[in-house]
Order: sequence, then structure tokens, then C-alpha cells
Amino acid sequence: MSPSKPPKRKVKRYYEEEGEKKPSQEQKKKKEDKMVVNERTSREPWKKKNHQKKDVMSGAEDPFPGLPPVPEDQLSKYERARKAEEEMHTFRSVKSHLRKEESKVQNALSRAAKHDLLLPEEAGFLEGDEGEDTSTITQQDIADVVDITSASKYFTLSLNQFGPYRMNYSRNGRHLLLAGQRGHVASMDWHTKKLLCEMNVMETVNDVRWLHSHTMFAVAQKKWLYIYDNLGVELHCIKKFNDVLRMEFLPYHFLLATCSSTGFLQYLDVSVGKEIAATCVKAGRLNVMCQNPYNAVIHLGHHNGTVSLWSPTIKEPLVKMLCHNGAIRALSIDKTGMYMASSGTDRKMTIYDLRTYRPLQSCLLPLGAGSLCHSQRGLLAAGVGNVVQVYKDTHLSAPRSPYMCLSVKAPIHGLQFCPYEDVLGAGEANFDGLECNPYETKKQRQEWEVKALLEKIQPELITLDPTQLGEVDNITMEQKRKEQVERMGFDPYEKTRFAPRRKQKGRSSTGNVLKRKKKVAIQEKRAEIKKSIEERETAKSNSDATEVQQGPRSTLDRFKK
Amino acid sequence: MKVKVLCRNPDDYVRETNKDLPRVPRNYDPSLHPFEVPREYTRALNATKLERVFAKPFLAALEGHRDGVNCMAKHPKSLSTVLSGACDGEVKIWNLTTRKCTRTVQAHEGFVRGMCVRFCGTSFLTVGDDKTVKQWKMESPGYGEKEEPINTVLGKTVFTGVDHHWRDAVFATCGQQVDIWDEQRTCPMRSYTWGVDSISGVRFNPIETQILGSCAADRSIVLYDLRKPTPLKKASPTLTAPLRMILEMRTNALCWNPMEAFIFTAANENYKLYTYDMRYMDAPVIVHMDHVSAVLDVDYSPTGKEFVTASFDKSIRIYPSSNGHSREVYHTKRMQHVTCVRWSSDNKYILCGSDEMNIRIWKANASEKLSLLSPRERATNNYNQKVKEKFQHHPQIRRIARHRHLPKSIYNQISEQRIMREARRKKDVNRRKHSKEGAVPIVPEKKKHVVAVLE
Repeated sequence: MSPSKPPKRKVKRYYEEEGEKKPSQEQKKKKEDKMVVNERTSREPWKKKNHQKKDVMSGAEDPFPGLPPVPEDQLSKYERARKAEEEMHTFRSVKSHLRKEESKVQNALSRAAKHDLLLPEEAGFLEGDEGEDTSTITQQDIADVVDITSASKYFTLSLNQFGPYRMNYSRNGRHLLLAGQRGHVASMDWHTKKLLCEMNVMETVNDVRWLHSHTMFAVAQKKWLYIYDNLGVELHCIKKFNDVLRMEFLPYHFLLATCSSTGFLQYLDVSVGKEIAATCVKAGRLNVMCQNPYNAVIHLGHHNGTVSLWSPTIKEPLVKMLCHNGAIRALSIDKTGMYMASSGTDRKMTIYDLRTYRPLQSCLLPLGAGSLCHSQRGLLAAGVGNVVQVYKDTHLSAPRSPYMCLSVKAPIHGLQFCPYEDVLGAGEANFDGLECNPYETKKQRQEWEVKALLEKIQPELITLDPTQLGEVDNITMEQKRKEQVERMGFDPYEKTRFAPRRKQKGRSSTGNVLKRKKKVAIQEKRAEIKKSIEERETAKSNSDATEVQQGPRSTLDRFKK
Repeated sequence: MKVKVLCRNPDDYVRETNKDLPRVPRNYDPSLHPFEVPREYTRALNATKLERVFAKPFLAALEGHRDGVNCMAKHPKSLSTVLSGACDGEVKIWNLTTRKCTRTVQAHEGFVRGMCVRFCGTSFLTVGDDKTVKQWKMESPGYGEKEEPINTVLGKTVFTGVDHHWRDAVFATCGQQVDIWDEQRTCPMRSYTWGVDSISGVRFNPIETQILGSCAADRSIVLYDLRKPTPLKKASPTLTAPLRMILEMRTNALCWNPMEAFIFTAANENYKLYTYDMRYMDAPVIVHMDHVSAVLDVDYSPTGKEFVTASFDKSIRIYPSSNGHSREVYHTKRMQHVTCVRWSSDNKYILCGSDEMNIRIWKANASEKLSLLSPRERATNNYNQKVKEKFQHHPQIRRIARHRHLPKSIYNQISEQRIMREARRKKDVNRRKHSKEGAVPIVPEKKKHVVAVLE
């Protein structure tokens, strides 16, 4: 196999579809023409045999032969990161096998793309009238306009005793967890507004987080980390985790990542209850943290304006980037793992591209954002003072005017979009029942739990590029050689050094030995030089033979090159 | 102001009654299924582990012989019938579903050297040390009838093997020469000799039915064409008759691939098997290694994709027919030198007869579930198979998939032979290094063991 990789193709996301291309009417027209007509025969060569005998007795022809076409952009949504190489230098049997596999993959892609038609729901939106700014539309206006069930989703809880509050939605967006700093912890099913549990832990509460399902949640209290069940019964008090300030739950790894005021980043495997890793970040108090949902890397924001990226098995940061002039106040990463939004005490909000680690857009907010959050479809919410501002397409243009605004009475301490709840195009409209299901039954949840535990990803697989595991590992020759040397304890490719034989009668004097050594040392060099000279001469003689003398020599020939 | 808010109707997502199946809406958008590759890898790892957990290949032992089992034969029409011949001249017919012996025949005095079932399954032939060929009815004798062969032919010399033609009433025996017999006659139609003393096995090609392969004690494999009466020079471009090839050591048995007419595999005394293409006999297509003692018998699976071998090292191995190393090794504490092995016609079981008088039934696929699979089980199986295949080269998965427990004797012999091979290689390298360029050529493993090809 050749070591060269084909260029990496990233999956096209909702952003690129809507914004980056921005197809004009003409282009759109063209695109419609550019439908991929995938006839069955060309797409599924391994099935060719079965479809050859298609002649009808009556001689009638199918006016629409083959499968219905799939639009190209729809196909590209389902394309995985890398396509198999077209030109391979390998055995013929391997080539044909790979080609066959690739065609199967393409077939699966087109089928998945066709499934898009069957999706039941469509995303929502909010559009202003001519000249009307959507940010001026209040929540009450919207609630008045929409149907009753949607309007009932708009609710306010006035909790004025134990604040400020931290909150967390469960993965399927059904349950809401609230925790006031002065010890008030409550969980509720917010669809039905049913309270699941409510208590006061009589201690400072720093953060709160659902674990893999709504039956358990973790609360970071003044001293230790506690785990409660959905009725508020204390299940565990984990004393290995002290002074925790922020927590993140990695659902596919069953890991609870915590960062503490003592400067430690710790990982707890909640399926077995063991501490997986504890890293001293050496950057003081850690109170800004977020996870990258694409690759489960933890991002930590520091006081000196840097953001560091962490994986549990590596004791050094994977990446360290200087993002702001002041301390980092909030971080958020979108679902695709491509864009990170950060805000600092320099009152700037900056969008970073996580593929290149370069800033894309930056803007100055008057008070600076104290909390940031991405929605599933890529809206960015910023808590600025006592105003929540929601921005659209932040990676394309600098966020100037917000898409929506909401002002509340007190400063904002925490915010989160509810997953799968498509409020005006924020969440994913069509959920996948096997991944997270807001309407799941108890049995379904239990079954999912077993399956999820079986395919728990090991913490050592957390890397910056999660697709790397499925690719051919083209270790360079040098690296292989280095490993071999390490394994064998010596370099098998190293030339054995010439050791002159000991000779009698005084011919092994130091000077003589050195002379003999030198003779050997230059031997190779001489051979090489000889060879190159020979080559040059043969080339010259060849060129002499082919070169045609053109006319008489002139004096200006000397300037020719 | 234009507003559209998504409002899901719970009736679309919740089942109507408790008796319905829960609804599972799907969305195949890859961004909703993150960590695709690590999750698949984890599934592959789990599937590989489970495969090893469920690998319990041994099914049953058929007991009843009073001496070592020397040969076996499959029934061409009945899956549940198998025949075995022992060293004391006894032939037993077994019912595999009940795992019981249905009939016992004292066929010969001395060893039963070889046996085969007629292609129609109505009778079978046995040859023994008492210089006779006997043909027996498959049905047991009725009440009052005596257990007697239909035909008995007395030969001049000892017969060591027999095989029946796949279509005609013709069979071949071997001993001092290869004899072709008509079932109706008492003397051979034709005899092939090539100045060799003892021929140990003979096999008809199941596809090109006129072709016959035999292996002899003088290290040669000879191929014959029934249509050629006398030893002829190479006549047709595809079929050569007879063709003789001499290997380094003697071949104990050979078996034709039931799907590819020109391919056969020879089990050799030098611990290896050689798969040959009949058309190009200069070198084998593949050399199959891994046994640590002489290979005594070989039999192809009905699909022709794999074959099973019996060895003197008290184990049987399964090889993919396109691979040089075995995918599976079976052994038990009590199994002694395995003399004969057969792959059942439904591709599910392997039968082996060994010196300590038992016939053992094994699963061909060690971790396969034998009972009926539900559709969901089958889907899971297929999925797991695919995922395992996808990640098979990852070091952790490969390590688990390849790990086999071996008896100490085999394990030690493997390591010993590895050392010997390494030493030989080293010596070769050194010899090459210190002699004139080209004086010590590099001989590939395939060419090493063929001594001569004669036509």
C-alpha cells in the first residue's frame, strides 16, 4: 500500500449547507440538474447478476429505469470522513475486494440519504417582517402566536431563595435538574412539569449533572462529590473527588470529568465507580470547563487566557491555545466539534476553528459573556449580564445583532439549550430512537442502558480525531525502525563497524590501524562518486549524440545557458 | 412576524396500547451518532471475546470400537450415517443423531485398511489386511439372515485403500499397484504400476470423475486418467495421465477440492500439507504449516473453502484452503494419534477417529450456536461477523481471536521447531553471506519440498 493518504474529507454539516455555500438562484438551478442518477446496475455491481433478466414479455419499457435520484448535497451529508483510495498499489484480489466494499458503502449511503424523505418533523424558524429585527420579538409575543402545546413549553420558575442556580438537561431533553448554590437541588420532568425530587443538601452546591440516564445525578458539593438517585436518595459520597467546581459527563465513555478548585482534573468511571485518571493541570483554580461532543476531549479555561485540551490517559494537555488577554469566563463547543466559542474578561467573544486552532470571528460584548452554550443545530447563546442573546451562524460572520434576546431580572449564572426541543430551529427536530428518545418507556430505557454499557468506549480511545481508529496506520519507515531498534535493543540496519584485524610484526601500530580504517571508510564514498561520474558521462554522451549542431558558433553563445 | 415551532404529537412517538411494540423513530444522520468508529471497535472487541467464550467445539464421542479406528467413510445420501473401520477388522455404522452404533460387522481379519460408500448410498466397500475386497449392503440383514457381504474378491496382495467412482460402477483399490475394478467382475479392469512398492491411498476426483490421485510410500503422488489405458506422455493440455511427482517425504493422504476440480491437498509426513493445482505441478499453490507431527488424513469441507487435517500430534486442525496457517486447533486430553478425519456433508460437523478407539464429533465452527436461530439472533450474528472482519487486524482484537490453549507437548514442540527453523534460516543467511554471489540461491518454501516431476 502506498503511504500517501487521500485528502481528508469532513462531513458537511448544517452550517455549510445553509451558510457557507449560499447558493444563488442560478446555482440552485444547476444543482437541481446535477442530481446523481444512481442506476441499480452501476451502484451495485455485486448484485449485477440478479438484475440482468429484466426483460418483460410485453416489451414495455420502464419510463423511469433504475432507482430514483438522490440529490448530491443530501448524499454528502451522510458521507463519512474518508473514502477508499481509487488508485491503490496492492494485490489485485485486495483491490477488487476494496472496490466491492466501497460500492456497498456507497449503496448504504444513498439508502440512508433516501431515508431523509421519511423524517416526520421539520425544523422551526422565526422570521421578522420587513424591517423588523427578530431580536426585538419578545418571548411573550411568540407564546401568544403559537399553538397551546408549544406555548406551554414556555415557563418560568421563580426561585428567589437559594440562588444562583446551575441547571442541566438530561441527554434526551426530558428531565431538568436544578441546583441552587445554597443547597437547593431539584429534578423535574419539564414536559409534564412533574417534580421528581426536591431537597436541600444543607451545603454549598457548585455544580450538578445528570449521569447516563435520569435515574442518577451527580452533585458537586462544598467538600465532596455526591451521587443521588432520581428520588433524591444519596447513593455515593465520593471522597476522592474534593472541592469540585465544574463537571461534565461523557455519555459514550461513562466518564464524569470534574475539575476542582485545587487544580485537579479527575475522571470517574460511573459504570464501575473507579477513578480513571487524576491530572494536576498546574493552572490554579479550575472553574471553566466544557466537553467536545465530537471527540470527548475536555477543554479547560484558565486565568491566563489559555484553553487547554485534555484526554484522560495523557498527562500533558493535547493542545494549549491562547484565546484571550484576560481570564477565560466561558467556553462552549458545537455538536460537530469544529467550532469553539470562548469569552474572557477582556469582554470579547471569539469563535475558534478547532481543526486549525485559529480564531474565525471575534466581537466585543459590552459586559462580556459569563456563560455560553451551543444548541444542537448550532445556535450560540451568550449570557451577558442579565440578558440572554442567541446568535446564528457565528462561524460565518462576526456576531453583530442577535437572532433573539431575552432579558431577565438577575444576572445569568447558567444556561443550556434543551436537546431535541426545536424551539425556533435550535434543537434537532428528528431524534433517533436508539440513541436518545424523549418518549422512551422504562423498558426501552433499561434495554438501552444495557446496550450502552456493552459498548462503552474505553477512556484510552479519547483522541482528537475519533475516526483515526478505523484507518490504515501508515507508520513511516523511520518510526517503524525506531520501534524495532527499541524492541531489539540494537539497530539491525546499522552497518557493522570495520574492526581491523590484528596483525603481527608491528603492523598493528596505532598509526597503521588508523590508516587501514580510513581506507575502508572512504571506499564507499569513492564507489559512490565513481558511479555518479559514470552516470554523468553516459548522460553527456547521450545528449551529445542527440544534440544537433545548429549553424556556426557565434560569440554570443557564451551567454547561453 | 413568521413563527414556526416544532410541536411533536406524542401519539406519533408513543405506542397506543401496552400490547404494541414501542415505537422507535430513526434518523441516520451521522452527526446524531457520534463516535461511530470507537463504538464499532468496542462492538468488534466484545464480539471477538464472546466468540472465544462460546468456543466449545467438542460435542460427543462415539464409543464402541475395540481397537483403534483406522478409517472412516461418509454416507453420500444420509447426513446422520457414518461408517468406521477399526484395526481389529470390525466395521461399525453409526447414527449421529442418536449417537449410537446401529450395526457392527466383522469385515476382515486384521486391519480394515480402507472403506468407501457407493455414490448411491446402498452399499459400501471395505478392504483389509486379509487381501480381500468386500462389498456390503448398507441395510442391516433382516431377521434370520446372516451378516454376509454381497461380493468378495480375493486379491493377490494386501490392499491399503479403496475409493469408489462418483458416477459409474467402478472402484479403485491400491496396494502394490492401483487397480481399477468393475463391480460386476472379480478381476481388475486395469492396473497401473510405476515401479513402486506400496501405494497408501487413492482418491477419485469428485468433479472430473475420470481422474484419480494416489500417494505412495516412495514419496510420490501419482495422478491417473481412467481414459488412458497405459502410462502415456502428457496428451491433453489440461489433463495429464499419469503424472508422478516426488516430494521430500512421503504423503499419507490426499483429498480433492469438491468445488475446484483441479485443486487437491496432500497431507505429508513432514508436518505440512501441500495444496496443488493439477495443471501446474512444479510447485504447490500453498504450503500449509502448523502441525508438529506427521499429518495422517485430510478432508475438504463441502464448500471447498476449508479443510480439516488429522495428525500424529494428537490434534486436528482446520485450515482455510487459501491460507498457510490453521484457523483452529482441536484437542482433548484423551484423544491420541488421530488417524482419520471427515467433514460432514452439511458443513457443520467434523468427525475424527483416533488410536484410542473413539470417534469424536466436533463443531466445524467452534462458537456456533447449533439450535435454530431467531431472526434477531441471526441479524446480530451477521453484524458481529462483519464488524469482526472489519477490525480483525487491530492488535488487541487479533490477539484475542488468535489465542488458543494448546497441550504442553504441542506448545513445546512448536517453540522448539521455531528455534530450529530460525537456526536453519540463520545458517542459510550466513552461508549466503560468505559464498560467491548466487552460489547459495534463495529457495522459496513452496519449491523446497518438490524433488521431481515426472510424466
